[in-house]
Amino acid sequence: MIKGLGKWVDDRLPVSHFWNAHLAKYYVPYNFNFWYYFGSLLIVVFVLQIVTGIWLTMSYKPSAENAFASVEYIMRDVEWGWLLRYMHSTGATFFFIAVYLHIFRGMMYGSYKKPRELIWIFGVSILLVLMAEAFMGYLLPWGQMSYWGAQVIISLFSSVPVVGPDLALWIRGDYVISDATLNRFFALHVIALPLVLLFLIGGHVMALHEVGSNNPDGVEIKEHKDSSGKPVDGIPFHPYYTVKDLFGLGVFMFIFAVVLFYWPDGGGLVLEHPNFTPADPLKTPEHIAPVWYFAPHYAILRAVPDKFLGVLAMTVAILILFVLPWIDRNRIRSIRYRSTAFKVNLFAFAGAFIGLGYLGTQPPTALGTLSSQILSAVYFGFFIALFFISRRERTKPVPERLQ
Amino acid sequence: MIRITFLMFLIGLLATPNAKAASSDYPLADAEVDLSDKAALYRGAQTFMGNCASCHSANMMRFSRIGEDLGLTDDQLAVLLPTQSHKPGDVIETNMPADYAKETFGIVPPDLTLTARVNGADWLYTYLVSFYEDPETLWGVNNAVFPLVSMPHVFAAQQGLKQPVYETTGEGEDARKKLVDLEPPARPGTMTEEAFEQKMKDLTAYMVYMSEPAALKRHQYGPYVLAFLFIFTLVMYLLKREYWRDIKH
Repeated sequence: MIKGLGKWVDDRLPVSHFWNAHLAKYYVPYNFNFWYYFGSLLIVVFVLQIVTGIWLTMSYKPSAENAFASVEYIMRDVEWGWLLRYMHSTGATFFFIAVYLHIFRGMMYGSYKKPRELIWIFGVSILLVLMAEAFMGYLLPWGQMSYWGAQVIISLFSSVPVVGPDLALWIRGDYVISDATLNRFFALHVIALPLVLLFLIGGHVMALHEVGSNNPDGVEIKEHKDSSGKPVDGIPFHPYYTVKDLFGLGVFMFIFAVVLFYWPDGGGLVLEHPNFTPADPLKTPEHIAPVWYFAPHYAILRAVPDKFLGVLAMTVAILILFVLPWIDRNRIRSIRYRSTAFKVNLFAFAGAFIGLGYLGTQPPTALGTLSSQILSAVYFGFFIALFFISRRERTKPVPERLQ
Repeated sequence: MIRITFLMFLIGLLATPNAKAASSDYPLADAEVDLSDKAALYRGAQTFMGNCASCHSANMMRFSRIGEDLGLTDDQLAVLLPTQSHKPGDVIETNMPADYAKETFGIVPPDLTLTARVNGADWLYTYLVSFYEDPETLWGVNNAVFPLVSMPHVFAAQQGLKQPVYETTGEGEDARKKLVDLEPPARPGTMTEEAFEQKMKDLTAYMVYMSEPAALKRHQYGPYVLAFLFIFTLVMYLLKREYWRDIKH
């Protein structure tokens, strides 16, 4: 009976085809390590943000007058509201932790290289939209940091030559951040950008499943197939990686729960303390700090003395990732078989990113600005150095098959 | 090397210090908040209603919620209600008209629901015990962690007025006096120092609770969630190991 129903559906909808193509007969390398957990974890966090977000919108009021109080209402009077809110706020932080580690994985193992350039481009687009999504979501609690953080960032657009002031006005819908801004940010945060994200994630995964996953050795498993056409070094994603990823998910959720239940402010990183003061357009906080996941870019912005050039540097810092597949001219993918110069360059880049992240949360000082300038130079220097290093590199022999 | 980078990343995340709202380099004392001490929270609530709530509101906190969370009887809860006409479902409002407050204090006393969350427990506790005599201000008192605060020293009778110790830096016109320490009051208050500090610790604990009543729920459910996730992860690990037996490489 159930089998009959299954067949009836399958004749009309490619359910089993989909199951096989993307899970049961989707072959992936057997040697995935720690870094390969974050892809599936990101899908889980995305779903978590959507689901908790839906429930939060049921009680949240997107108006300048009621927004702050409605968030506290969720925290106090809505059944389990505190849990939904903390899941959403902790989820935002873990989303970015996972995204940054996922990107770093791609850079270490050359997952952006031919034939995976499109996967990478989809991925960088996801990062961009995710940043916009997080930025707009951060205005919604309507606390002091929500308000003044948005004020600072949107005023950056006014530094664009000629159209700048009009552009900032158009984004805000008012001369200052106001009810109008809050309402449009709510609409974009809740409907527009999540839809765009869903579309981009779909493209990211489809492009990935078309060419197959890379792996820590950077070797194509499709080049060695057995008589039945299966890659010798490949195993079906389901059940092997579904159970493995469930284990990874367990560890991830455990850490997530520790933060959520015992450290929901994250020492001011997950929820900034000044943001528990309602937005006051007449009172500028003495120190406006971005949320940690924007801090590296904010530090780059502040490192440049000219405002517009700073905005430009910050924008380029993200957009330059799009062309990484063409900046890196070496055909060897994995860091395991690349030169020491490449390794030093990549880890300097990661170190600069973390250092900038620290500096971006601190009040500006002369020493801090100087450090930001040096680390920004290292950040951009990575791409320039990579362009030249990758041309002629002393690499190690790449094995034919997985090691 | 990869592992080292990852560790660096984690350390970088954890090392970022939390910025405090109020700026002053006066050292903060430890508030020793223990939210599981319901009796202390109840004492703090009484201090709050008796001394703070006449000027300050806490308009996101309901009396009934306090009763529920602290396990109070109806009679114990009734002690907290300002008048007999107040109902348990009410929030903590103040009777002081805003324009009167503005005229008297220069500002409308801020709502205190979330104060502990903005400034932190230690700051709040230090603020409460660090009023000192300063004849140059409107109320004749100043505060070590909140310079030129508009609030009078509400507990002056109990604590007495602490005496400031200044240190002068700079010469001539640049001369600035800086507060470096507080000495015991010239005329002692009605309470001993220990008893007063305990009272302020209780008040601080109550205000920490008030800023996030959900903290009690977090601590209540946290262990069960973590225990479940631990077992889930363990089972998944064993399942993974079982499946991966087939993979021979």
